[in-house]
Amino acid sequence: VVELTEVEAAVAEVFREEWGRMVATLIRLTGDWDLAEECAQDAVARALERWPQDGVPRKPGAWLTTTARNQARNRLRRAGLEAAKLQEVMAMAVVDESSDFGDDRLRLIFTCCHPALPLEGRVALTLRTLAGLTTPEIARAFLVSESTMAQRIVRTKRKIRQAGIPYRVPPAHLLPERTTAVLGVVYLLFNEGYAATSGADRVRGELCAEAIHLARMLARLMPDDPEVLGLLALTLLQDSRRDARQDSDGDLIPLEEQDRDLWDHIAIAEASDLVEAALRRGAPGPYQVQAAIAACHGTAPSAADTDWRQIAGLYAHLVQMVPTAVVRLNRAVAVAMADGPAAGLPLVDELDESGELAGYHLLPATRADLLRRLGRHREAADSYRAALDLGGTEAERRFLAQRLAEVTA
Amino acid sequence: MMRYLLLICGEPIETMPTEMDTETAAWVEEMDGRGVRKFGNALSPASTATTVRSVDGEVLLSDGPFTETKEQILGFDLIECADLDEAIEVAAKHPWAKFGPIEVRALWSS
Repeated sequence: VVELTEVEAAVAEVFREEWGRMVATLIRLTGDWDLAEECAQDAVARALERWPQDGVPRKPGAWLTTTARNQARNRLRRAGLEAAKLQEVMAMAVVDESSDFGDDRLRLIFTCCHPALPLEGRVALTLRTLAGLTTPEIARAFLVSESTMAQRIVRTKRKIRQAGIPYRVPPAHLLPERTTAVLGVVYLLFNEGYAATSGADRVRGELCAEAIHLARMLARLMPDDPEVLGLLALTLLQDSRRDARQDSDGDLIPLEEQDRDLWDHIAIAEASDLVEAALRRGAPGPYQVQAAIAACHGTAPSAADTDWRQIAGLYAHLVQMVPTAVVRLNRAVAVAMADGPAAGLPLVDELDESGELAGYHLLPATRADLLRRLGRHREAADSYRAALDLGGTEAERRFLAQRLAEVTA
Repeated sequence: MMRYLLLICGEPIETMPTEMDTETAAWVEEMDGRGVRKFGNALSPASTATTVRSVDGEVLLSDGPFTETKEQILGFDLIECADLDEAIEVAAKHPWAKFGPIEVRALWSS
């Protein structure tokens, strides 16, 4: 008799890999999202019941898929489904490396992330169907009630069915924009998790792992799209700083003050290789360039040894691709680091005058820092005060107040 | 096959650009030719609508549309196509899409 905990661990491991495959294939075969989920769930429950007595099967993934398929067949037969459909479900192949199951997961993620669906629905359905998170888990991660989340998922599935959203990988002419939509959902998931810093937010923090898992899956399934590789690299690089980015009080530590020994250098090395491989394809995109910037930071031996010239150059590319105010502000910071505060200040002033970042505390905070470094303390103090008036986190405010005291001393 | 109603929405334009007519005619010709468009037309202004209700067996009429908004339904097209992606493509090609919204709604029993 196998220890229960051992079985649970085996199920958990197989679950992570097989859940999305099972659901994706069952949706294709039955066209029924609810049925697909229920059968996948049944198969997992059956495994927890049988494996302690029978032992973990030699091919646990195949066992689960076969069980889920049988569940689907039985349910459909009870529902009096026509023979042709039943035949299809019965013919569903067991897990086979050479099969096109991967395509089913791609069909699933492209459908979940269809731009006609509300963004929050895309995120929730992706987590439910591909990552296999339960509705209560997703609700906790997004800080809403279980009933709200359940409703969100039901409504999203209903729209897919009633509006006739196709279950497929989009044709070539739609693929680039739809891929962008998929990557956007995965990156949003990652950022949701990354923004959660305190230990109490563990469920939210695990969204990072789910996002990286999805990005890895996409990178395996779409190895020829350099932006997919760029997204995987970017998430790996940001996640590599997980253990170094907050102090014992849970306050965020700025990049230049982090203990670089705490960074995950294995992840950084993997991500750097990915960025290089992606950029070699000669089709740079926003994820690749952001990942390249993060890789510059990740591979710098110390804050002082950061290659700011390279980073400023990469930001010059990024503003062409993503001309948002926040990217332009980050570019100004990089230029100030590469060529001195006097070079960065006009870029910040330009943003200030455009009014696009009105109310964003990091604009006056950045301006204040450049003025301080230029020795223009009186103007710096005004900007620090303006930044403090606009809020920010506790730690940021403490930092700004300390700087304000320095320049007014 | 799915059936969708394209609701051509927005505020009526006083003087419609002349190319709008020819572009619309070209769209209708293309979509009829593809077998996508089944039926459609522009509507007379919402101000000329009559709203009908039946309350306790009595027919109540009121002058004008059932809801007073600046935006109204200016026209419609019933289309038949494979899925929402095709319906979006058809709607996006409609020359009106440059001026106002086009709501794409699947028929309940499609």
